[in-house]
Amino acid sequence: MTAGVRGSGPAPEGSVPVLRAAEVTKVYGGTHALRGVSLGIAAGRTTVLFGENGAGKSTLMKILSAVEQPSTGHIELDGEAVSFDSARSAADHGISIIHQELSLCPNLSIQDNLFLGREHTRRGLLDRSRHRDLARQVLGRLDRSLDPATLVSELRLGQQQLVEIARALLQRARVLIMDEPTSALSAPEVDVLFQVISDLKADGVAVVYISHHLEEALSVADDVAVLRDGRMVATSRAADVDLAWIVRKMVGRDQDSLYPHREPALGPVALDVNELCVADPSSPGRLSVDGVSLTVRAGETVGIYGLMGSGRTELLECLAGRLPAASGAVRLQGEPLTGDVRHRMGAGLALVPEDRQRDGLVQSMTVGQNMSLASLTRFARRLLVDRRTENSAVASMITDATVKAAGPDAPIGSLSGGNQQKVVIAKAVMTDPRVLLLDEPSRGVDVGSKADVFALMAHQAERGLAVLFSTSEAEEALRIPDRLLILARGRVVADVRPAEITRDRLMSLADGADTTEEAHHD
Amino acid sequence: MTDTLTKDHELVTRQRQVAAVQARRLKTLDSIFELRAFIALGVLIVVFSLLSDSFLTVDNLITMTKHVAINAILALGMLLVILKGGIDLSVGSTVGLSGVIAGELLQGLHLSLFDVVAYPRVWAVVVVCIAVGALVGAVNGILVTRLNVAPFIATLGMLYVARATALLISDGTTYPDLAGSPATHNTGFDWLGQARPLGLPVAVWIMIVLAVVITVLLRSTPFGRWLYATGGNARATELSGVPVKRVKTAVYVVSGACAAMAGLIIASELTSAAPQAGDTFELNAIAAVVIGGAALSGGRGNVRGTLVGAFVIGFLADGLVIVGVSTFWQMLIKGAVIVLAVILDQSQQRFQRRRAAASAVAVAEEEPRRGSADRAPADDTT
Repeated sequence: MTAGVRGSGPAPEGSVPVLRAAEVTKVYGGTHALRGVSLGIAAGRTTVLFGENGAGKSTLMKILSAVEQPSTGHIELDGEAVSFDSARSAADHGISIIHQELSLCPNLSIQDNLFLGREHTRRGLLDRSRHRDLARQVLGRLDRSLDPATLVSELRLGQQQLVEIARALLQRARVLIMDEPTSALSAPEVDVLFQVISDLKADGVAVVYISHHLEEALSVADDVAVLRDGRMVATSRAADVDLAWIVRKMVGRDQDSLYPHREPALGPVALDVNELCVADPSSPGRLSVDGVSLTVRAGETVGIYGLMGSGRTELLECLAGRLPAASGAVRLQGEPLTGDVRHRMGAGLALVPEDRQRDGLVQSMTVGQNMSLASLTRFARRLLVDRRTENSAVASMITDATVKAAGPDAPIGSLSGGNQQKVVIAKAVMTDPRVLLLDEPSRGVDVGSKADVFALMAHQAERGLAVLFSTSEAEEALRIPDRLLILARGRVVADVRPAEITRDRLMSLADGADTTEEAHHD
Repeated sequence: MTDTLTKDHELVTRQRQVAAVQARRLKTLDSIFELRAFIALGVLIVVFSLLSDSFLTVDNLITMTKHVAINAILALGMLLVILKGGIDLSVGSTVGLSGVIAGELLQGLHLSLFDVVAYPRVWAVVVVCIAVGALVGAVNGILVTRLNVAPFIATLGMLYVARATALLISDGTTYPDLAGSPATHNTGFDWLGQARPLGLPVAVWIMIVLAVVITVLLRSTPFGRWLYATGGNARATELSGVPVKRVKTAVYVVSGACAAMAGLIIASELTSAAPQAGDTFELNAIAAVVIGGAALSGGRGNVRGTLVGAFVIGFLADGLVIVGVSTFWQMLIKGAVIVLAVILDQSQQRFQRRRAAASAVAVAEEEPRRGSADRAPADDTT
């Protein structure tokens, strides 16, 4: 552990990195996504890039793969400065990227997607049999059950991600960049992926890897690099560091200080859910939520922890009025809660949806306009919006919610993910609800802003709101709520105080391993 | 290693200086782009007045503005629909339908049940026609919001249905005389199209009032904000508790009512109503909105731009006629102008993004750089 070992960054002593970013700065609109970042990627090793959301990880990956061009600085391949004008030409030089957002055409088959833009032809016609053989070969490494002729739209998200990975494998990349490749994969699929990564390394491929699952990412890392606020704050060999070091570098402080505990002052029951059943929207006839009962009292923060497919999303969507209930009853302050989103909001329920971009924000509007969108009629005098009351309400909300923005008139797109999330929460709070529902409020939010988001949530509970939120992160489930419900296969399998449960117990309950339902495993 | 770093730094400094120059240049370009529709209008006026003595006369300007007004009234309704992210192809047919209904009512409504002929007052005729236009819009709105028909298809369907209704009611013939008669107390219909209170045609006054009302609607009412939000992201807007379906339906209703108003003005102007009136007017209205800088995807656009767009189209068309350009060339020029407007709009958007980026890069130079120790490998590991 001498300084010499780590003296020149992640690349092994003396060797020239395959790919190097040199003093790269990238500016979007007026925001700096990267500020003078340098990073070398070594062949035959996995370089893991850590950083909060908005730290610039994805931007750096896009620049390395020429999806984006740097504003200043440049990229070196084998020690030579290069400038690819498109991701295609970077791919032709052996640099492939698997995007965080899937870039498949759902209307085409797996094999058509695999060879899209790189079709093999014979006398000008598609060589389908060759496509099929090559596709079989590469899919065999990932998931034998996938038929190359299947339409991508028929695949689960995880399988689609495997297709995306297969496409990169087919291009025989020298540098393979994976941006959140495991976010939709099941545990066995992740194992397969890691096996593929270690095969690739043995072949001398340089792998660059980004993931929100810090532990998982650290387990595949040979070299680590940490970005914060668009700057490279630390690089090291993975063997020399641990998780705590990484988190400290990412956040700039210790994680424990992020979530202070408080004692709730509980009021009467505000939200009462009784034996709620919700049909699975993708396969009716199956129940996503199967007889869930729960209560949330005024001033209380209740967390729902569950894995993907546990019914946590469907439960919240049903409470918000986006999915119909198959049976059961929901009461808000004793009154039956029915109708669409609008009615429920009128009754005192507010929802912070899971997908901020799709369901939470209007990108063409300003921070202030987004904030007041749900409560605009409150500011209407006769028929017109009273700009002065609106502006002052927005301004005070920006302060309360600690939104970092140039001002209420700043375009919403100029904010970081965490601050955009605060705007969505502020919008919900401005409707003056009794019950606040938050579906995965920390999704896509950086570690630092997460603390702000949860502080904002806690503040609402202190004001006497009943807060119900869902999470898929064990850390949050154990730290944030006053009471924790664990959901597995549509049922509440535990209703506990977070202090009374261990992380292992939480995981195994959520896995459904401790329930009698185990026999029904599909 | 040190060599590489120095080289990197020099390169970056040079790139920043270039960015600073670029940012200044883009700023100038951007301000020119912002006013492009006004500039285009100015150019049109200058060119045509050089080519023809009769172009820049008060009489001609008023006549042209009257032509503009009819398209502008349609375009203002269309603007609302386009802001929502929709389109209304049925307005031209609604113009025809509205005129025909005015014709039918003014010529006397034969009520077979009582075997009498009723002559509604002119104000009642106007109200009925606008209500019919609103009804066409309501059908569009219901098709789009309740039955999930794509706006293009729903309003294309209504384009045919409304036109067919006009032809069926009139049996394909023109109502020749809408003057009414004192005996039946229904005179005065020609006021809409022929009177000039304070020197301006009624159509122009209607355009002005409508422009003011819609400006206030868009800028200062919850409805206006909801409309922009719906065009920007309908899902998020709906989840904010906004009655998105009602907002969507309402814009079609307003657009239909505007079209009916335009139909009345045309019928009044000619004191006759043809079922074919207003054919392809929807295209001119869409063109005006687009030239005015609105995005067909919704969420972006304003009244001022749309009005200027309508003036550009109207003055261009009338100017070409005055100068004596053939109809075929007129069509070609109009098409080119519309496409050019959209190209300019796209490049302005690109300019704005590049300008913001360039100035941010340039500013980065002054920003104090964090100590390089910060970027060096950490040494606080235990």
